Amino acid sequence: MSDHPQPHPFQPDIEDSPFTRYQVMAESVIELLTEKGVFSADDMRRTLERIDAITPAQGSRAVARAWVDEAFRARLLDNVNAATAELGIDAGPIPIRAVENTADVHNVIVCTLCSCYPRMLLGLPPDWYKSRAYRSSVVREPRAVLEAFGTHIPDGVEVRVHDSTAELRYMVIPMRPAGTTDLDEAGLAELVSRDAMIGTAVI
Amino acid sequence: MSQNFSIGDRVRVRAAYPPGHVRTPYYTRGKEGVVMGLAAVMANAETLAYGADGKPDIPIYRVSFPQTQLWPDYAGDPSDTAVVDIYEHWLVAAGGSKT
Repeated sequence: MSDHPQPHPFQPDIEDSPFTRYQVMAESVIELLTEKGVFSADDMRRTLERIDAITPAQGSRAVARAWVDEAFRARLLDNVNAATAELGIDAGPIPIRAVENTADVHNVIVCTLCSCYPRMLLGLPPDWYKSRAYRSSVVREPRAVLEAFGTHIPDGVEVRVHDSTAELRYMVIPMRPAGTTDLDEAGLAELVSRDAMIGTAVI
Repeated sequence: MSQNFSIGDRVRVRAAYPPGHVRTPYYTRGKEGVVMGLAAVMANAETLAYGADGKPDIPIYRVSFPQTQLWPDYAGDPSDTAVVDIYEHWLVAAGGSKT
């Protein structure tokens, strides 16, 4: 043991790395639009707070309703934005498509080109969803990625990866677990995790 | 607007490599799949990204590819698929016959 303890390793602060080109562009556009009066700094703050406040609980409510109400399930599969509006949820202007897990098909969502995600329904995506590691491997070896999440999909069940490359966002309707007949809709919603609606988990 | 493809049509993604804001993933270029349905009819993101109006709107299809077609050494179940949203101008008819 040394008499002189080693200094704690220096951990850089976020500001220690230079702004990237895209950060500079984003900041510049915000400043210009604010200066020109297109929106105010307060509008910007309110919008960010509204987006930050969205949680996966909105999606969970929709899934739980689909589990207990067959007609709602059909409407959700037909048009997520319209169906969730029935529950008082504003899913935003971008069309969201629900894909349903069955005994034969397990769905999982990715955006290989960037990080498209149903934010208006599920909130901000987890960091790993935006990582190059997830985006490149889940479409290449989805079963290995699912195993890394502790999710085993048996052979014979089709793993269907949805790459949301264009104008749609996707969400997964997981299968309702067995032994939940005594749960009410609110209790069911608590079972529906964010990752189950991405498809990296099953319930 | 009218659509050139319908559900069940076999299609091939053009093996083209233009620069710019292209929404067709590399791993699908030159690959064959089956149209699962119409995803949307939307402005063309490739021109919209550069200040144009993106008109005319273009059909976007959900195209299903067998993983074994995308990756010849695919190690998972042969029934596994990837479903990718692809703009119509990236698709040509494949195989000639409808399934």
